[in-house]
Amino acid sequence: MWEWANLALETARVRGASFADARVVDLRLRNLSTKNGQVGTLSEQESLGIGVRALAAGCWGFASTDHLTREHVQACAARAVSIARASALAKRHDVVMAPERAYVDTWQNPFIKDPFQIPLERQLDLLLAADREMSGIKGVTLAESSMEFRRLEQWYASTLGSRIHQVKMVSGAGTMAMSFAGDEIQKRSYPASFGGQHQLGGYELIESLDLVGNAARVGEEAVALHKAEPCPEGERTIVLESSQLGLQIHESIGHPIELDRVLGMEANFAGMSFLTLDKLGTLRYASDIVNVVADARLAHGPGLGTFGYDDEGVPAQCTEIIKDGLFTGYLSNRETAAAIGLSRSGGTMRGESWNRLPIIRMTNVSLLPGTWRYEDLLADSDDAILMETNRSWSIDDRRYHFQFSTEVGWEIKGGKKGRMIKNPSYSGITTEFWNSCDAICSRDDWTLWGTPNCGKGQPMQTMGTGHGASPSRFRNIRVGIALAKG
Amino acid sequence: MSPARKSAKVRRPAGPARKQTGPAVAEVHLPSDAELRRLAERILRLSDADETEVEIDTGADALTRFANNTIHQNVAEHTLSVSVRTVFDGRTARATTNKTDDDSLRRVVAASAALARSQPKIPGLLPMPGKQKYEKVSRYFAATAAATPVDRAHSVARVCSQAVKNGQTSAGIFSTGASAMALANSRGLWAVHRQTRAEFSVTMMDKDSSGWAKANSPDLRRLDPEALAASASQKASASRNPREVEHGHWTVILEPAAVLDLVGFLFYDFAGTAVLDQRSCFNKRMGKKVMGANISLRDDVTHPLQSGPPFDGEGMPRQRVSLVEAGVPKNLVYTRSTARKMKAKPTGHGLPLPNQDGEAPLNLVFDGGTTSIDEMVASTDRGILLTRLWYIREVEPYEKVLTGMTRDGSFLVEAGRIVSGIRNFRFNQGILEMLSNVEQLGPPVRAAGEESFEMVVPAMKVRNFHFSEVTKF
Repeated sequence: MWEWANLALETARVRGASFADARVVDLRLRNLSTKNGQVGTLSEQESLGIGVRALAAGCWGFASTDHLTREHVQACAARAVSIARASALAKRHDVVMAPERAYVDTWQNPFIKDPFQIPLERQLDLLLAADREMSGIKGVTLAESSMEFRRLEQWYASTLGSRIHQVKMVSGAGTMAMSFAGDEIQKRSYPASFGGQHQLGGYELIESLDLVGNAARVGEEAVALHKAEPCPEGERTIVLESSQLGLQIHESIGHPIELDRVLGMEANFAGMSFLTLDKLGTLRYASDIVNVVADARLAHGPGLGTFGYDDEGVPAQCTEIIKDGLFTGYLSNRETAAAIGLSRSGGTMRGESWNRLPIIRMTNVSLLPGTWRYEDLLADSDDAILMETNRSWSIDDRRYHFQFSTEVGWEIKGGKKGRMIKNPSYSGITTEFWNSCDAICSRDDWTLWGTPNCGKGQPMQTMGTGHGASPSRFRNIRVGIALAKG
Repeated sequence: MSPARKSAKVRRPAGPARKQTGPAVAEVHLPSDAELRRLAERILRLSDADETEVEIDTGADALTRFANNTIHQNVAEHTLSVSVRTVFDGRTARATTNKTDDDSLRRVVAASAALARSQPKIPGLLPMPGKQKYEKVSRYFAATAAATPVDRAHSVARVCSQAVKNGQTSAGIFSTGASAMALANSRGLWAVHRQTRAEFSVTMMDKDSSGWAKANSPDLRRLDPEALAASASQKASASRNPREVEHGHWTVILEPAAVLDLVGFLFYDFAGTAVLDQRSCFNKRMGKKVMGANISLRDDVTHPLQSGPPFDGEGMPRQRVSLVEAGVPKNLVYTRSTARKMKAKPTGHGLPLPNQDGEAPLNLVFDGGTTSIDEMVASTDRGILLTRLWYIREVEPYEKVLTGMTRDGSFLVEAGRIVSGIRNFRFNQGILEMLSNVEQLGPPVRAAGEESFEMVVPAMKVRNFHFSEVTKF
């Protein structure tokens, strides 16, 4: 594949590009799903192509093609340059990038069992067995299970001289039981909602989830929700389990720290950010027990934001985002790093595939573990609500005012987990919420969750991001507003 | 401000066909119908399955993106994918590739076959449909397909200049593209659809306010970026120094884009499969009045403001279906398979097989009224006019309670006129309840939003819309 990347770079150079990079991406996907004990989706997909980014006349152009012939690759690179020149018709200043050196390297995430080599029958059997367990619970009206595997091989080359080969294997699976009764639809998902857990890794991840062993409980809880107490309305102490907290981090920390948003580049669609540049190093984002990093290194774990190099050839890094409650860092690329005077990109550029321009994406934006044992945290809580598994999420276009609801809640009275609560929801202001955090569980309960479906950019790109979290407690949070009539 | 100059009504041609300097490379060529057919037949010949279906999708799309009054991203792509579904003894599966050399085509057929053979029999799997007849739709416009990066950049440059002149900051996109899809199967079905698409979206930001406008059409000549930018700019100016007003239940005037992004959440509830699975809000409500008598909607792929192919994922002709009549849900849409299970007639709304979601109406058309937005404002003692909603998510699926935020142009209306911009709200609102509280309807237009695909919807004036919280900007 290097010949296509080299040909693209040479063409861009001849056409006058001052910088260019090219990514040849070979993608393979497998999707399986079952519903009520029958096979639903069963498909495989492969996609190979090249995307060329060129800087000419001080502006960017990007073109892509899946016709990997000499003629088409040259035309694609030439088109990227001519698009860049067209961009200059509405130019205010030349693009400047923070310096980066060239790398020649190979990187691959470790995995034990190649999911594409596992017999399909075995994968389907597992999903069908989970379906059966859920459907066997009286009152379950819909049972669904799914698996997804993704292998992405990429050859990155730049006119700086970088030649970086990376292979990523991603696996994911989950189950969901729904129950319709009276005038209410309730659901429970495992291990998380909207497709379950996803990480870099092989089929060993799927086996570790024990979908079948948890299926009956999932079904029972979906049915039991009909008779549960409704979420009270008012201010409460809440405890968020780690997958819900992972999404809370994603929405109220991960997105607002994207420098392209901060600098207005996403204003028309995704929006901007309340984290204006004056807040760096001055804003008390959270209470002083809160430490958040954006860490793309394998040492952080096999998250969906883990890689060796980003998609503009910058090595994976760890950036401190919140240090002892203080806001300390943004997610940057070479262009935005230069724009705010940073010496180097934070290495967060990723494109969904060969046909998408890399943009700033969350890596693994994680809340570092605290010191509490989960049992102690519950024992220390009174008149609180434990909320589990996201059901809906919404936040404004500056990432300041949010509302979440979860599939299930549990009353905590006198330090003990008690009655089930249905339709739990909470809302708040980002900084007020994070400053109310007074307990974070330890690494024993810390999970690196994968969000496989983060949408951003125009044209829209879907990207996987990682979020490590352990159950944590927040004080004086407004609950129950989502279905309040007042 | 003058909401009557809403973006979606803009129909002024983009001007005489300016001869532009195109890119210094050949434009992307989409395969002709004959080329698509030859490719499909080549693939069908490679298969020894009981039945084989081939879908070919190809497109050339480009998007110019601007922010801070300058173009910052500018992209183009050219794609072609081949998707093969095979059937062996009541089992079916799909494999897709974008490689079209002989070896790759053989491999994709073999991959589909291997997947199909590795699963249990699918109860009730129907034979593929044979040759069909389709209604003609005309959605390919040469002017759109021929648009160049220079064309788009000139338009964007004019919009950016407009923003600078008004002391504002612009951001948005201008995209154009052409696509073709073909569907063939071993029973002789052949369907092909060719379409173009143009879209312009702009946000204009003032010191403490913003305005937004967006439109799309298969025909580039029906978009007027500068008029859309002028509308967004005016909204930004008119909403400077936003006031904070109390949350609670309000009369709201929803511009078509805001209506679209709310009612768009209903589309899958009209799927037969959704009702069969008891996940639809119309479960046990068919034939009962659950919306106001002034609400009627249908699915109609042939509507002149609609887009998309006149056939579904199996190649069945999409039929017009009356979904809601005077507030009463009357019909659902069905694949052949769902129709058999529910003792109904198939409507040609199936998604590509195999899937577990069944079908969906993708060409929703609401009936409207005759009240202009200006007239809605004039008839309102105290209310709120909304341009755009954002980050809408379902909170409760049966009453269809949605939450989300207002954005980019929210105004207080008092004594029949717009008096100021206001800070943004969070809403939590049941959509069935909302559609029971519609007091006035505008003429239906093709609306473009961010949370839903395009539909034909009217502006609406709605009483008792629930804003649960107000934010700080």
